[in-house]
Amino acid sequence: MKRLWRWLIPLAAVPVLALLAYGFRVSPRDIPSPLVGRPAPAFALATLEGEPLSLAGHRGKVVVLNFWASWCYPACYEEAPVLERNWRGYRDRGVVVVGVDIQDKREAAVKFVGDFGLTFPIAQDLKGTVSVDFGVYGVPETFFLDRAGRIRVKHVGAVTDDVFRATVDRLLAEASSP
Amino acid sequence: MSRVAIMLCAALVLLAAAASAAQAQSAKPVSEDVVHEIAAQLRCVVCQNLSVADSPSEMASQMRAIIRERLAGGESPAEVQRYFVDRYGEWILLSPPRRGFNLLVWFLPLAAVAVGLLIVGALVWRWTHRGRGVRTPPTAVDPAMSERIRRELESGS
Repeated sequence: MKRLWRWLIPLAAVPVLALLAYGFRVSPRDIPSPLVGRPAPAFALATLEGEPLSLAGHRGKVVVLNFWASWCYPACYEEAPVLERNWRGYRDRGVVVVGVDIQDKREAAVKFVGDFGLTFPIAQDLKGTVSVDFGVYGVPETFFLDRAGRIRVKHVGAVTDDVFRATVDRLLAEASSP
Repeated sequence: MSRVAIMLCAALVLLAAAASAAQAQSAKPVSEDVVHEIAAQLRCVVCQNLSVADSPSEMASQMRAIIRERLAGGESPAEVQRYFVDRYGEWILLSPPRRGFNLLVWFLPLAAVAVGLLIVGALVWRWTHRGRGVRTPPTAVDPAMSERIRRELESGS
């Protein structure tokens, strides 16, 4: 009986330590999106040049939907050239990059686009409705949509060449095979 | 004939007026208290450990505007909350709903307190009982010995 008690007290600490070990390894910022696998919410915005921009207009393409802001330094500054480079590389293969600028000033956004020479369509989400529709909680966040318009991958943080190519290649290959 | 036409027109005008009144009603006035109540249950997504009601961030104020808009569109507070949970997952709720695995969070502390009280009670019971056992003299003391102790105590150290 006495021996049992001597073991029981340290043993009681084991589940607590296990919980802490698990809790400290999980990043509180790493939140799985419930939207992955679901159809992307539709939206209709206007580009910085005033042209209409909607997801419906790109149906049948692999869409790389990037949420960014000009104040998001350094991540958005790191990924802007990556997005532009890959947009140029993939645009003839049924891929479109769409930028959504959130919580930003128009002038700052225009300057950012000019500084990086971005040529893919970019719209401002002034009221934040599109951001919330996509469950965005920070910038940059990038959604990769398949040709059927479903959200397949959500990438949090700056997109790299590797991530862009691997994901888009996979979605392109999948879409071309019936 | 023209009378019928006039009456028909009048009826149409009345119908249109009623319809527009109904539409005006559907964009019903939204109580700020309700907006606050919903916002207070949602986690501000750009700041840690703040509710949408308490955060001064732009994202939170946009989310409050969305809550207001959805309520004005005729959604119930529960529907508005479901919209946010659909987008962000249960993570967005500041207190996890009381069902399934989440029940553990609600009832484990209570269970731990109950177990703790039981252990403390058992220990106290054991201590008090053991103490009584020690204090009861095992055998009668030899009268000669107790007389000697009394004498030595009285004679001083």
